[in-house]
Amino acid sequence: MSDQTQGSELIELTQPLPGIRANFSKAMTVLAFALTGLALVPLGAVLFEIFFKGLPYLTLEVLTSLPAAVGEQDVRNGFANAILGTLLMVGVASLGAIPFGVMAGIYLSEFGKEQPKTAGYIRFATRILSSVPSIVVGVFAYGVIVARIGGFSALAGAFALGTIMLPIVTLTSEEALKLIPTSVRQASAALGGNRFQTTFRIVVSAALPGITTGVLLAVARVSGETAPLLFTALSSQDWPQGLLTPAPSLAVLIYQYSTSAFPEQNRLAWTAASVLLILVIIVNVASRLVTRDRLSAR
Amino acid sequence: MTSHPESKSTSEIANEADIKVFDTTGYILENGFTVLVKIFGLGMLALLLFMIVVVAYQAFPAIQTFGIPFLFNTEWNVGSDEFGAAPFIYGTLVSSAIAISIATPVGIAIGITTSENFVPKNVRIPIAYTIELIAAIPSVIIGLWGIFTFVPAILPFQIWLNKTFGWFPLFGTESVGFNVLTAGILLAIMILPTVASISRDVLVAVPPEFRSASMGLGATRWETIFRVILPAASPGIIGAILLALGRALGETMAVTMVIGNSPTISASLLDPGYSIPAVIANEFAEAAGALHPGALLYLGLILFGLTLVVNIGAVLLVQIFTKD
Amino acid sequence: MQNPNNPSKSNAGETVIQLSDLVTDISVPAIQVKDLSFYYGTLKVLQGVNLDFRQNQVTAMIGPSGCGKSTLLKALNRIGELESKIKIDGKVEFFGQDIYGSNVNINRLRSQIGMVFQKPNPFPTSIYDNIVYGVRISGQSKSREELDETVETALKGSALWNEVKDKLKKSALGLSGGQQQRLCIARSLAVRPKVLLMDEPCSALDPISTLKIEELIQELRNTLTIVIVTHNMQQASRVSDYTAFFNTDESRIGKMVEYNQTAKIFTNASNSATRDYVAGLFG
Repeated sequence: MSDQTQGSELIELTQPLPGIRANFSKAMTVLAFALTGLALVPLGAVLFEIFFKGLPYLTLEVLTSLPAAVGEQDVRNGFANAILGTLLMVGVASLGAIPFGVMAGIYLSEFGKEQPKTAGYIRFATRILSSVPSIVVGVFAYGVIVARIGGFSALAGAFALGTIMLPIVTLTSEEALKLIPTSVRQASAALGGNRFQTTFRIVVSAALPGITTGVLLAVARVSGETAPLLFTALSSQDWPQGLLTPAPSLAVLIYQYSTSAFPEQNRLAWTAASVLLILVIIVNVASRLVTRDRLSAR
Repeated sequence: MTSHPESKSTSEIANEADIKVFDTTGYILENGFTVLVKIFGLGMLALLLFMIVVVAYQAFPAIQTFGIPFLFNTEWNVGSDEFGAAPFIYGTLVSSAIAISIATPVGIAIGITTSENFVPKNVRIPIAYTIELIAAIPSVIIGLWGIFTFVPAILPFQIWLNKTFGWFPLFGTESVGFNVLTAGILLAIMILPTVASISRDVLVAVPPEFRSASMGLGATRWETIFRVILPAASPGIIGAILLALGRALGETMAVTMVIGNSPTISASLLDPGYSIPAVIANEFAEAAGALHPGALLYLGLILFGLTLVVNIGAVLLVQIFTKD
Repeated sequence: MQNPNNPSKSNAGETVIQLSDLVTDISVPAIQVKDLSFYYGTLKVLQGVNLDFRQNQVTAMIGPSGCGKSTLLKALNRIGELESKIKIDGKVEFFGQDIYGSNVNINRLRSQIGMVFQKPNPFPTSIYDNIVYGVRISGQSKSREELDETVETALKGSALWNEVKDKLKKSALGLSGGQQQRLCIARSLAVRPKVLLMDEPCSALDPISTLKIEELIQELRNTLTIVIVTHNMQQASRVSDYTAFFNTDESRIGKMVEYNQTAKIFTNASNSATRDYVAGLFG
């Protein structure tokens, strides 16, 4: 290691990087953040417009009245029926999707290690289910309910929404349950607890916040689903009448009013959109509040 | 022998120590629970299979009637009972292609800015959060915004495209705003969060030793990203892109509200078009007659098959990469 | 299905022995390990272990890492079966009953042979709910007063009562490590087991908590049989009446090398490996 061999290759530590490398670095950083900022623009634009155009017309009347025929003056006009219809169908969908999904999540989490192959197939199938386009789910629901029981109905709509919710609830429940450490399961067993007791009294109750988050996310997602409802629940100008007739929904109403030729309806579309957006945002925020944010891991 | 104040009788002690007592309720609960839970688990598998069966079964009569030529027929005329899938397949593929080409670089860029520590964690996390928020906006609301705000805003740009690059087939016609290009850009906005958040997850999963090895050899951060991190994460990122593609292919509302709903095939992106989800959404509820509903169901099956292939590939890639 | 005073397995011609006889005779070991070999799947980890755990005595199991002492402990309440498939040759008897027998109620077994783990694992609920958990799941219906009494007795039995009596409804996770471990002991005590297994119970704790728990073990011995695995030899000599030394060879199969009264093992062991181990020459 003599000075002679080293000297010609010795690089001053204070010498800056050659232009190309330094500029490339700077340029990439700028580009990456520019693109990130760019991506945030549409979000801001959408939120701004919806609330700017929709909120001014958000009155109590709108939230409590049925739609009026176009052109009628001095009549109460609103979309309360659509709000109720959405609540009805999402509610019925949840009744089926939540227990089914949580139980499937329990299977994957608690029995996944001892039956890895079966659990693997089920988990894979669940992930595929969660990526099926909602319009195809609509066709499925049409085939199962509408074509059989004969008729467009809230039930068919709820069935479609439930099918969309189910894999979400399953996968998020599994994740939440897996977070509970094995040591507490062992503690329960060591006290004489059987599988059922250990799972429900200890694991599920500890994982409840996480499971709730998953459920709320699924609810937020299906509240805004339109495509499958277009040929299952259809729509209606009246209040929802039970499960076996067509039902209105916020999402379908927004679609119809946006594409309508009548400016009054276009205007109301923005208002309906702001109601739906507020609903979705509230449920999303609630779901985050229930558990600690998973993003804070890194 | 026990610390219990009252002494126990011998038989009480023997009772306690007996480990062969059969607990009926416990047995039923434990085994019933095990069986029930497995049934629900298998139910998920059954649901997927059932869905495939139902959709295929409904399309079957149409497959028999139209056969394979359906895929290449470019006519769609409800009145004269002529049905062909080609315009919809074309529109679906082109709009999705546009969406992927925009969302991929932007999504990966976001994945990088939210996983590398260019900015502190408490800036990165809100950014990641906010991007995910885009995914929470219902498609129909994006469509609403699309019709009344986005289309008027982008129209001048599209007119300019036609004026300046009209010689190039892609921009060869005049635009009225409701066309395949607009639909593609809206789709890009909608699938962006998918690419961004999965890329982020995948980049975060790259072992930190890779980073430190590269930087320790004198590479700059960006050189490390391009030469080491991205290649290491590439299977997962490709999985993310595939997943996003799957979403784009199946996206309905926003597309149908801005694509122009015209069952034609045109080289120009500035011409209106139609996609499979869009035509089903528009026509299925009122479809009547012998052929119309069947044709739509056949289209639905094609879409289902297409997205299944893409999604299976995506899930497999992401699963393998995150070693699930 | 069996009734309470079931006869234990008997050889042809001998008088039938009642469980109640075994349980009340103090000279009968609480647990007897008879020529036990233990396998995780197809991997043999223990060979030919013969060992008695005497009632109301503390038996320590010592030995270097990987010698099988923890495995044997977990074989006594069959807790290893939660995670893996196991196989055994030989027998383990709890008051004459073969614990690997075909009609054994494994949950019942575990309520009779309790376990305290290396790292305290309280449930993420209140102190009160932790303690009554075992009682609640056993199906016994108890009134509120009876439960309160159980909690008090258990906490006193694990020397934790005074520290937590005013905050029974607070979360167990708010306690210090040493307190959590004593809570886990109390939780096990509440179920009234005959035997308490302790798997290196102090290895995650500070010296003061360790001392408290060692004092506790001495007291608990009056009412229970205790088996403790420890890698701390001084602890074994302080705390136990009997000690079993385990070792392993190149085959990686654990064997019990020597078993005797603690004083004997530590001052005048028969086996050279035992002497070397307690002298700190290896392990």
